[in-house]
Amino acid sequence: MTNAYPPPRPPKTLGPVSGWIHSVETGGTVDGPGIRYVLFMSGCPLRCLYCHNPDTQHMHDGTRTTSTEVLEDIALYAEFLKRAHGGLTLSGGEPLVQPEFTSAILRGAKSMGLHTALDTSGFLGNHADDHLLEDVDLVLLDIKAYTEKTYRHLTGVPLRPTLEFAERLAGLNKRIWLRYVLVPGLTDDAAEIDGLAEFVAGLGVVDRVDVLPFHKMGEHKWKALGRRYMLSATEPPSRDLVERVRAQFQAQGLRAD
Amino acid sequence: MDTLLMDGLAQATEQQSAADPWRGFAPGVWRRSVDVRDFIQRNLTPYEGDAGFVAGPTDRTTALFAKVTDLLKQERAAKGGVLDADTEVFASITSHGAGYIDRDLEVIVGLQTDKPLKRAIMPFGGWRMVKTGLEAYGFTPSPKLEEVFPGLRKTHNDGVFDVYTPEMLRCRKSGVITGLPDAYGRGRIIGDYRRLALYGADFLIKDKKAQLTSLEVSRIDEEVLRLREEISEQIKALKELVTMAAAYGFDVKRPAATAREAVQWTYLAYLAAVKEANGAAMSLGRVSSFLDIYIDRDLRDGVITEAEAQEMIDHFVMKLRLVRFLRTPEYDQLFSGDPTWVTECLGGMGLDGRTLVSKTNFRMLQTLHNLGPAPEPNLTVLWSEQLPEGFKRFCADTSIKTCSVQYENDDLMRGYWGDDYGIACCVSAMRIGKQMQFFGARANLAKTLLYAINGGKDEVSGEQVGPAYAPITGDVLDYDEVMARFEPMMEWLAKVYMNALNAIHYMHDKYMYERLEMALHDRDILRTMACGIAGLSVVADSLSAIKHTTVKVVRDGRGLATDFVVEGDYPAFGNNDARVDDIAIWAVERFMTALRKQKPYRNAMQTQSVLTITSNVVYGKKTGNTPDGRKAGQPFAPGANPMHGRDKKGAIASMASVAKLPYAHAQDGISYTFTIVPGALGRTEDERVTNLVGMLDGYAGQGGHHINVNVFDRETLLHAMDHPELYPQLTIRVSGYAVNFIKLTREQQLDVISRTFHDKH
Repeated sequence: MTNAYPPPRPPKTLGPVSGWIHSVETGGTVDGPGIRYVLFMSGCPLRCLYCHNPDTQHMHDGTRTTSTEVLEDIALYAEFLKRAHGGLTLSGGEPLVQPEFTSAILRGAKSMGLHTALDTSGFLGNHADDHLLEDVDLVLLDIKAYTEKTYRHLTGVPLRPTLEFAERLAGLNKRIWLRYVLVPGLTDDAAEIDGLAEFVAGLGVVDRVDVLPFHKMGEHKWKALGRRYMLSATEPPSRDLVERVRAQFQAQGLRAD
Repeated sequence: MDTLLMDGLAQATEQQSAADPWRGFAPGVWRRSVDVRDFIQRNLTPYEGDAGFVAGPTDRTTALFAKVTDLLKQERAAKGGVLDADTEVFASITSHGAGYIDRDLEVIVGLQTDKPLKRAIMPFGGWRMVKTGLEAYGFTPSPKLEEVFPGLRKTHNDGVFDVYTPEMLRCRKSGVITGLPDAYGRGRIIGDYRRLALYGADFLIKDKKAQLTSLEVSRIDEEVLRLREEISEQIKALKELVTMAAAYGFDVKRPAATAREAVQWTYLAYLAAVKEANGAAMSLGRVSSFLDIYIDRDLRDGVITEAEAQEMIDHFVMKLRLVRFLRTPEYDQLFSGDPTWVTECLGGMGLDGRTLVSKTNFRMLQTLHNLGPAPEPNLTVLWSEQLPEGFKRFCADTSIKTCSVQYENDDLMRGYWGDDYGIACCVSAMRIGKQMQFFGARANLAKTLLYAINGGKDEVSGEQVGPAYAPITGDVLDYDEVMARFEPMMEWLAKVYMNALNAIHYMHDKYMYERLEMALHDRDILRTMACGIAGLSVVADSLSAIKHTTVKVVRDGRGLATDFVVEGDYPAFGNNDARVDDIAIWAVERFMTALRKQKPYRNAMQTQSVLTITSNVVYGKKTGNTPDGRKAGQPFAPGANPMHGRDKKGAIASMASVAKLPYAHAQDGISYTFTIVPGALGRTEDERVTNLVGMLDGYAGQGGHHINVNVFDRETLLHAMDHPELYPQLTIRVSGYAVNFIKLTREQQLDVISRTFHDKH
């Protein structure tokens, strides 16, 4: 676990840290408020059945770079992002696979005055020390299921670290947008969702819940990688089902879109 | 009715208010001399609120629009999309009597001919164009017309071809210079149509007579003679405008006295212009905040309601949507979808820091909700970061719902053109009533690069079009060697291009002078010689490929480089990558420098645009394989856009590359067309609006000049191609204007669909 009292802050800028990135999307609008520079980092410990970026799972499939180079590129957009009430979102893959790299980028972005968001599954939450989190304005937290059984079936890893990370964020009063991918027959169990909604509402720091209807837009990537896509037969959820799940979150006083 | 040139048709209208048309207006210089800007500055009530006040359509509007919709449906079904055309009468301001759609329903009246959507014959540009146009759509011109042209009356087109040099003809034929206005009206002149409403024709004629007197100078040379003749013609045109208006029962000799009259007078002045001249772009200017002063006065006086105010604007806009010109099928290839560029500017900031946004700006946008999306009028928002938030959001919301709005950077242009400029056509800013341009279409910079490689020989025909400079003979293109040949070829092109434009505009002034539009200008105006370039991103990417990878040359039997093999990846324009963006910037500056060395007709100021309209398809067709890997015949990207699919880093990177292009060296405008799928703009309607506002603020803040915003899915367009009947009003923004998607040629529809749609997530 982390220190309750962090040691003195490290110097204003960290030295260059090497890391691996997958790609950059400069016009993101759905990964945090405003217009986002979204940096997709490579490497992820989860093996989600519906993963729509399976080509980011292995760190070394990405491009090796340094935090300095990444920050130089972000700097080209800083003015635009500020005018457009947006900022930087670190996504992936899983940014916390490379905590030092992530930390250096976040620090650099904050010194440019940018709003920062960290898109994470929370499984590696204990990689994020309090210094790293200090440079995060918003956490986009994916809680992919609410029972150990479902979570492990879906992702291949245990759920507990994610829930502990959520509670730690709450303790730090860190704002959260919850992401929940709704897959018919997999993550649509009403009782499970009620449990999650109650847990999330109890955190007191979740500003909104995005219920994301499952889609198969990543399927071709699995094929390109020569891997079997297990959800070929699964259809996107009906509008009614999406509304029902949103209503379950709303019933706990949460904003759900 | 045959002609209006007879006395006694005028009927008196509401005499009580006519007695004091300027009642309640703050006085100023504008009362003594023609100065519409001064009037606006002293009387406009800026509006900082949101769209909550706007009204829906009245019953009359709905009934009239049903008739208009039906007419448009008939027009689409007619051969070549031309419902009716005159075959007997040459158009002039007074050639046709009054025409109506439904007199009882129309709040604002006036048509170009005696019937809606009946196209007039405007032969002074070139008789052959008119004849071909008529015949293409199944009409036969009356034999008596053929006696006039070219036997009795020479046209602009005849004049130009009398003086064109063989070199100009070669360039025109090969397509290294294309779209020249040598057989059609040049357009891109904005009459200050507001002047008729504010002053009435008597005042304006008096002013013009004073101008004539001011030209009784000691040395009457060619320049003075030309201007004296022009002003005399302007006075005649104003008198004809009075006669035309009288046929509709209006006395426009006096100023407009009510809001409805102000709208009507402004429209009649514009109508006279589109009865006399068939310029490619017949833009309206910046009338809505001017009209707001009258509407505001009538609302305050309790004479009209908000619903009636909206009704006037809705009816005005319906008329603007019906403006038509007779064109040929070849013309449609260049400027597809039957555009008229009735460009109207909204928004913008005053030099004193107050916003020029008025409630009537909202009412104008509201027409897109009340009457549905449409390409005309070409609504153009002069964007500033300082615009009121409510207006920004209404613009963005309207864009998302209708794709009918374009944005141009007021923060960038205000410094050049003040706070009473309008946009002619797509992106050409000009001070209203104080400036005009000589429209110059554009030069094909990508083909010029191929000429540099091939020693002036055309890669398609093999003909020696340019000067026979030494060609490149190596098997691999060397950057320095290519640049050393490209620059002199650009210099040559600039010379022949400018000379051709001089010939065109000399003859246009002589044989096809825009009397009425120029009557609504000051005596002394700034003229710009508006050149243009096409294929910028092809050139930038080609040079980047040559610089950063290995480009091998493939030569054909004639020894011409007709294909290129690119080995490796090169940085492509549209990714905010200085290695190639700097090349694009260089190309813009370098060609402008070459143009500035040339001497334009009538002491015009040289400018250029980076704009293609839909001619990017035709330019591509005429251009061989290029060193960026683009294949012969493939369309160029429109305007300043990156090539399709090569902008891989997302929307902001693409915008950032375009925003770097220097407006100082492209003062006629830099056009960028941006398409995003709704889901990529945000999850909820509210977020989409917020994010589009954010993008526009970001783009303008970086110095981007113009942006077309499209928000739709590719699937919608594919469906519309197969089921056009289901999408009568589907409007999309192309380069600098909007079109009815179903009116595009199939080729152009496919080009639009192949463009980059920003759609991540």
